[in-house]
Amino acid sequence: MSRLAVPKTYKLYIGGKFVRSESGRVYEVSSRKGGFMANAAKASRKDARDAVVAARAAVSGWSGTTGYNRGQVLYRIAEILDGRRAQFVEEIAASEGVSASAAAAQVDEAIDLWVWYAGWADKYVQVAGNANAVSGPYFNISVPEPTGVVAVVAPQGSASLLGFVRAVAPVLVSGNAVVVIASEQAPLAALSLGEVLATSDVPAGVINVLSGSPAEIAPWLASHADVNALDLLGAGDLDWVDLQIAAAETLKRVLPPESGPDAGAASIDRITFFTETKTVWHTKGLL
Amino acid sequence: METTRTVTSIAPASRALEVIGGDLTERSLRRYLEGIPGVDAVGLEARAAALGTRSIKTTSKAWALDKIIELTDLTTLEGSDTPGKVRSLVAKAMVPDPDDMTCPRVAAVCVYGDMVPHAVEALGSAHDDGASGRINVAAVATAFPSGRSSRSVKLSDTSDAVAAGADEIDMVIDRGAFLAGRYGQVFDEIVAVKEACRRADGSFAHLKVILETGELVTYDNVRRASWLAILAGGDFIKTSTGKVAPAATLPVTLSMLEVVRDWHRLTGEKIGVKPAGGIRASKDAIKYLVTVAETVGEGWLTPHLFRFGASSLLNDVLLQRQKLSSGHYSGAAYVTID
Amino acid sequence: MTFLDYAPAPESASILNLKSEYGLFINGDFVPGKGESFTSISPATEQQITTVSCASEADVDTAVVAARRAYERTWSKLSGADRGKYLFRIARLVQERSRELAVAESLDNGKPIKESRDVDIPLVAAWFFYYAGWADKLDYAGLGPAPRSLGVAAQVIPWNFPLLMLAWKIAPALAAGNTVVLKPAETTPLTALLFAEILQQADLPPGVVNIITGAGATGSALVNHPDVNKVAFTGSTAVGREIARSTAGTAKKLTLELGGKGANIVFDDAPIDQAIEGIVNGIFFNQGQVCCAGSRLLVQESVHDEVVDRLKERLSTLRVGDPLDKNTDVGAINSASQLGRMRELSDIGEQEGATRWSPACTLPDKGFWFPPTVFTNVSTSHRIARDEIFGPVLSVLTFRTPAEAIAKANNTPYGLSAGIWTDKGSRILAVADKLRAGVVWANTFNKFDPASPFGGYKESGYGREGGRHGLAAYLAPAAVSSRGSSRSSSASSVKALRGGTK
Repeated sequence: MSRLAVPKTYKLYIGGKFVRSESGRVYEVSSRKGGFMANAAKASRKDARDAVVAARAAVSGWSGTTGYNRGQVLYRIAEILDGRRAQFVEEIAASEGVSASAAAAQVDEAIDLWVWYAGWADKYVQVAGNANAVSGPYFNISVPEPTGVVAVVAPQGSASLLGFVRAVAPVLVSGNAVVVIASEQAPLAALSLGEVLATSDVPAGVINVLSGSPAEIAPWLASHADVNALDLLGAGDLDWVDLQIAAAETLKRVLPPESGPDAGAASIDRITFFTETKTVWHTKGLL
Repeated sequence: METTRTVTSIAPASRALEVIGGDLTERSLRRYLEGIPGVDAVGLEARAAALGTRSIKTTSKAWALDKIIELTDLTTLEGSDTPGKVRSLVAKAMVPDPDDMTCPRVAAVCVYGDMVPHAVEALGSAHDDGASGRINVAAVATAFPSGRSSRSVKLSDTSDAVAAGADEIDMVIDRGAFLAGRYGQVFDEIVAVKEACRRADGSFAHLKVILETGELVTYDNVRRASWLAILAGGDFIKTSTGKVAPAATLPVTLSMLEVVRDWHRLTGEKIGVKPAGGIRASKDAIKYLVTVAETVGEGWLTPHLFRFGASSLLNDVLLQRQKLSSGHYSGAAYVTID
Repeated sequence: MTFLDYAPAPESASILNLKSEYGLFINGDFVPGKGESFTSISPATEQQITTVSCASEADVDTAVVAARRAYERTWSKLSGADRGKYLFRIARLVQERSRELAVAESLDNGKPIKESRDVDIPLVAAWFFYYAGWADKLDYAGLGPAPRSLGVAAQVIPWNFPLLMLAWKIAPALAAGNTVVLKPAETTPLTALLFAEILQQADLPPGVVNIITGAGATGSALVNHPDVNKVAFTGSTAVGREIARSTAGTAKKLTLELGGKGANIVFDDAPIDQAIEGIVNGIFFNQGQVCCAGSRLLVQESVHDEVVDRLKERLSTLRVGDPLDKNTDVGAINSASQLGRMRELSDIGEQEGATRWSPACTLPDKGFWFPPTVFTNVSTSHRIARDEIFGPVLSVLTFRTPAEAIAKANNTPYGLSAGIWTDKGSRILAVADKLRAGVVWANTFNKFDPASPFGGYKESGYGREGGRHGLAAYLAPAAVSSRGSSRSSSASSVKALRGGTK
C-alpha cells in the first residue's frame, strides 16, 4: 500500500501571513500534463486591496533599512532557496513539464539572480546618483529612492520561478514593497517562494504574492491610488494598454510587457526604473 | 582678569538688564548671544545682492545723492594727518561743492583724537550751531584701529577726545577677546567707554562701536557682536575701522541693520548703523540707502541713525550730482580735493 | 517725496524688433498656419503684441514630417561634436540677444524684468551650454556605450517660464541627437518665435527644430502624432494625465513635469531672516506661477507668530506693478483665466475659515493682477492647502515635531518640491531623506541649474530634466543582441523596457 498523499492547499501570501482568499475561492493548478497538482487560492480584488495595504505599511521600514541590510536580507532569500532547492526542482519539473535538470538549472539561475540583486542594494545609489556641479555656492546631490508600492504582473509563461524572481527581486533592491500577481497557470513556485520569504528575514508586507486571474486582479491594482508603479512584465496577454491607461489616473510609473527568453533579464535598469531621483540643494558658506 | 568665567558679573548696563534680566553675568550674556538665530551666509549675500539691483533713477537718484552727503562722516585717519589737513577736510565738509551752494553739508568729520581741537576750531560756528547745518566732530578712540592697549589708555583716549569737544566717539571692540569667547570683557569695556563719553554737564558724546567685521569674519559673529554692542549701550554700530580688509560690505551692513531692526521691534529703541571703509562710488552708496530703507525703513536715513564713514565717496557723489544738474558728465578737476 | 517710491525705472522696449505677424517655424522657415491666427497680448496692459499662426493638424503633420526627414537625413548623421557646436552657437546667440529676449519675455508673460533678465534668460543660455558639452560624450550618460537617440521629440511647454522651458526641452533633445517639434503655450509664444530666428542665425539645419504655435488642440495633435518617438510635457497634472492615457500602449517615451504643492518647512532654529526671504522667493517668485512653488508654509508652532509677523513686514516692501520696471518684484498674472482661478480658490479659502491677508498695494486698472496673499489658520483639509493655486497665494500651516512636519509635507498627491529651514545639519539630511519630493532645497528655495536634475514624485510627473538624468530622457541604450548570462551586468539588456512593444 502506498501511503496516502497529503496535498497542500497553496495560500496567498499577504502581510507576512499565508491566507485564503477572502472570497473563499480556490482554483485547481494542473501539471503540464494535465494532472491535478494542488488547489491554490484565487485572489479577489479585496485580497489585492489588502495586499496593497500590507505593502504600504511595509514601505517605510523596508526603505528605511540600510542598503547593506537589505542586501543581506535578499542574500538570505538565496540561502534559504538554495536549502529548499529539491522542492522547487520537483515542483517546476511537474508543473512546467520540463526535465529535472532543466528545472534545476532554472532554480540555480533564480538563486544566483537573488545573489546578484542582493549585491546591488548598497551600490545602485552610487551608480544612479550624482553629485552635481552647479554654478553657485550650493552642495547639490541627486540620489535615487524607492518609488513606494509596486504592483507586478509576473511572467505567465515558462520558467515560473525564474520569471517571478526576475520581476520581483529588482523592485525590492531599493526598498520598494511589492504586490505581485503570480503566473496563473504555474503559481506554485511563486507561492512556495512565499514560504521561503516567510522564513528568511524579509519583513512582513514587503512582498505580497497573489495567485489567481491576472485579468481579474490587475485592473484593481492598476487603478489603485496607493500603488506608485506598475510592472506589466508578464501582462502581454492581458489588455495591458487598458491597465496602462488606468495607471495614468494617478501618474503611476509603468513598465510595459516583455516577451521572449530575455524578458525581465537582470539589469540595473530594472532597479532604477522603480526609483525616484531626489535632488537636494544646500547652501555652502564659510562666513 | 578672568577668574571663574561662569560667575563673573558684568557691568549692569541698563539695556542688558532689561532684556536679559536677572543677574547679569558672563554666563547669562553668553547664553543670550548664543541663542540668537544663525545667519545663512548664502541667503544673506543673495538678499544683499538683490537689494543691490534696485534701479535708482532721476528724482530718486537726486534725492539719494544729497542724502548720501548728509549722511557722510568725512574722514581722515592717517598717521600723516596735520592740523592743516584737518582744516582742509573741515572746509570741504562745510562746502562740499563751492560751485553749488544747494549742496548739503556732511554730517560730521571723523578724525583721530589729537586732531579734535583743530577740527572744532576750524568748524567754528558750524560746530556750535544747533540748526540743521551743524557738523559734528567724531573722534576715533580706544587705541584705534587695533584696540590693543590697556583699559586705562583706552578710557583716557576717549575722555580726552570728549573733553576736546568731540561729539561722537568711534571706539573699537576688543576683537581678540570676542573671538576667544570673552564676551563679558568686551561688554564691560564698551560700558566703561560709554561712561568715559560722559561730559562735565552729564550729557554723553554719541558712542559708535566699531566691530571690525573683517576680523570677526563670520556673519554669526557680526550678528552676535552687534547685539553685544547694543546691549552694552552703543548708540551706533559701525562695521569697520577702514584699516582692515574687507571693510564695509553690503551683506555685513544688512546683517547689522537686521539686528537694529530686531532691537527696535523688541524695545522700540532706534540704534544707528555706520558702514565705513571701502565705499567709494555713489552707485555703491545708493545700494546702502536702498538696503536701509527696505530693511529698517527710510526713517533710518537720517544722520542720527545712519552714516557712511568715507573719504573719497564724497567727490564721486559730487560728480554724479553735477551730471544730474548739468546733463553732462563732469571731471575730477571740477570737484575739490580736501 | 519718499525714497521708497522709487522713480520709474522702465527697461526700454525699443530693443524689440517684432513683426506684426508670425508664422509657424517649420523646416527652417516661417510659414503661415492653416488654423485661425490668434493674438498674443501683454498681460500687464491687455494690449496686443503680435499675431501668431495656429497650427492645424495638417500643419502638425508637416512639422513632424520635417523633423523626421531632418532626423534621418541630417541630424542623426552628424557627429556629436558637431551637434554640440550648434548648441554652443545657440547658447552664445542667446547671450548676445539676452536683453531683447528678457524684454520680450516680460512683455508677453508679465513677469518682472529683473527675473527674466537675471534668472530666465541666463539659465536659458546656461542650459544650452551645459547640454552642448554632452553631445559628444553620450557614452558617459549612464546608459552604456553608444546610446541611441530616440527620433522625433514632441515637446509641449507651459507659459510660466516660456523660453526657459523651451531650453529645458530642446537642449537635451538635440544634444542626444533627436529632432524636435515644440509647441509653446498659447499665451506666451513670443520668445519661442524669437528663438526660431536665433536658430536661423545659428544656421541650424532645417527641420531639426520646428516650432508650432497654437492651443490645446495643436498640442494634442502633436503628442498623438503616430510618428513621434518621444513626448515631453510640462504643464498641469490634468493635461499630463491625459497625455499619459493617450500615449499608453505606444512606443513613445514619455516624461512629464506637472503640478505641485510644495511644502516649505521652517523649524524654530532656522536662520530666520534668510528663511523669510526663502518663503518670499518660494511663493512670490514669478507671481507664484511656479510648479515647484513653496505654496504651503509649514512653520513650527513655537515660531509661528514671529515668522508670520516678519513675513508680513517683508511683504509690505514688495513692489507690484509694471513688469518692465526694473524695480518690480511682482508682475502681472499671465492670463485672465489664471487670475480667475486664484480669485476662486482664495475666496474658497476665506469661506473655509482661513484668514486672508495682503499688504497694501495699488494694482493697475488694466491687465491681470493679484496681490501677494497670505492665508493663516489654514488646515490640511482646506482646499487652499491641497489644490495648486499657481499664484502668489501662501497657505500657512503649523507643526510641532519633525515627524509631524514630514507627515504634513508628504500629505499630498503631488511630490515636486520642498524646502527645509534649520541650522541643524543632521536634521536637514534626515528630513530631506523622508520628504517625498523630487527637489529639496535646504536653507534656500527655487534654485535651478542645468547640472541639477529636476522633476517630481507621484502626481507631479516622471522623468528628470537637467543633469545627466535629463539627458537619459532622450536616449535609449544601444540595441544589442540577446545576452548570455543573467548575471552579467548590462543596462543594455533592457531594450524592451524602453520600447514597449505590444
